[in-house]
Amino acid sequence: MAISEKEVKHVAWLARLGLTDAEVEKFTRQLDVILEHAGKISSLDLAQIPPTSHAIPLKNVLREDRVGTCLTPEDALSNAPKTEDQAFAVPRIV
Amino acid sequence: MEYESVIGLEIHVELDTESKMFCACSTRFGERPNTQTCPVCLGMPGSLPVANKKAIEYVIRSGLAVGCEISLYSQFHRKNYFYPDMPKDYQISQYDRPLCLAGSIDLDMETYETRLGITRIHLEEDTGKLIHIGGAGRIVGAEYSLVDFNRAGVPLMEIVSEPDMRTPEEAKAYARKLRAILISIGVSDCNMDKGSMRVDANISIRPKGATELGVKAELKNLNSFRSLQRALAYEIERQKKAIAEGEPIMQETRHWDETKGTTSTLRTKEYAHDYRYFPDPDLVPMEFDPTWIEGIRATLRELPDERKQRFITHYGLPAHDASLLTETKAMGDFFEETVTLYKGDPKAVSNWMLGDISYYLNTENLEIDETAVTPKHLAELLKLMDKGTISGKIAKEIFPEMFDTGKLPQIIVEEKGMTQISDESEIEKIIDMVLEENASAVREYHEGKERAFGFLVGQAMRLTKGRGNPQLINRLLREKLQG
Repeated sequence: MAISEKEVKHVAWLARLGLTDAEVEKFTRQLDVILEHAGKISSLDLAQIPPTSHAIPLKNVLREDRVGTCLTPEDALSNAPKTEDQAFAVPRIV
Repeated sequence: MEYESVIGLEIHVELDTESKMFCACSTRFGERPNTQTCPVCLGMPGSLPVANKKAIEYVIRSGLAVGCEISLYSQFHRKNYFYPDMPKDYQISQYDRPLCLAGSIDLDMETYETRLGITRIHLEEDTGKLIHIGGAGRIVGAEYSLVDFNRAGVPLMEIVSEPDMRTPEEAKAYARKLRAILISIGVSDCNMDKGSMRVDANISIRPKGATELGVKAELKNLNSFRSLQRALAYEIERQKKAIAEGEPIMQETRHWDETKGTTSTLRTKEYAHDYRYFPDPDLVPMEFDPTWIEGIRATLRELPDERKQRFITHYGLPAHDASLLTETKAMGDFFEETVTLYKGDPKAVSNWMLGDISYYLNTENLEIDETAVTPKHLAELLKLMDKGTISGKIAKEIFPEMFDTGKLPQIIVEEKGMTQISDESEIEKIIDMVLEENASAVREYHEGKERAFGFLVGQAMRLTKGRGNPQLINRLLREKLQG
């Protein structure tokens, strides 16, 4: 196995996903297949090939330092379940 | 057992750009909450970040100023974590391809000199501001929190040092020097009160001579150079005591309490340091042309060390004065402008700046460019003294009012009738009165008691309410006593 159930649970926790035992079992199997497939790349000699982080042949897409229009606070907050004093109110953190 | 401490600093600096790192929202400080947001910095699905060229330039400029190698290829990564200060649930940062690597800062510690390494400088985005409601404003015990995203996405530069510092004093000197450099090259105002410069310290101790590193603690909430030094000193003693008592040192983040003067554990189990960095697919890599980088190098202004040397050679200042005057750009600028306006002895300007002015700045906790006093004020004050219009003593009296009201010294002198009395006949009259009223002191003087002379001068100054020209009083008094 390329990945254990324990690792799947850990990754799920990092992503704040609540998985049932059945899902853990299912995803462990699926991820194992994916990792094994991707693992084939490791068998090739890639010393001279840079990692492909982007699929498009672009670089240096930059903008000039100019201020544009912002949202109004009303618009910015309009999706928030709860607001107070023109701020997003969030449940206790710790 | 004798221990040595090993200290490294992570310094975050907000860059002084007009707009945010990946969107066109303003970076202005102190605006009403959530007035400077847009779909990008609010992390709305489908919005796309585009990197601010000026921010990248500023980081490279900073790297060049501290002797870094500039990466010709660089990239942004996503640092994933769940915390309400970032709406995207990740922060755009840099990982294995930072903009700058391997620099250093030279420190003059009075009794020795040392070079401290800089590991890397990278660029990221600042987070939003949290206000905790309930629990005395601390996150622990708060009922809920309010989030203001105005700061979210402001360009933030992180400068990571090597663990090269051995004392709290070195750490403080390093941070101060770095601040002076960054201000002088114009990339940030590095205002610690407003949080545009924030210092975190990693500290561990080990038996002296050991090469392995001990378990480190990360100190947070260090809001001034003073708290940096105090927190480190406290933490060194705490760790020594823990080891002496056989307690294990935990790798943890500790919060500095400025009022209590202690550090305490922040509850850290909520933050797993497993950030799952990966290249941000929305931001394409950066590849720099070496001629562009050389162009940035050419725009570098004079660095504090170079300015210090120039102050020594050009103005003939002692090294000590030159060091202090070049510590901030504002002080150095103030000095040079005053010298230009005054056209007199630069050392006199330096004496005032490092004496009375610095005293006031420290007492009021202000920077020199935040006060009502300008180079014109100081130059005029020095000219009035040179001309004999006022004595040094009067100048020192005028100074606080100048500082408080911003009135020019000439005006204050006129308003208060503080002009120095340099009229011979007027002084003569006063001396005659003094001699008449103090016959016993006159006798003592003639018996050879020089102290009596000083007393008589003092009496004359008292009668003129401090306005008498001291040289004139001295001369005329001596003449009268001997004649």
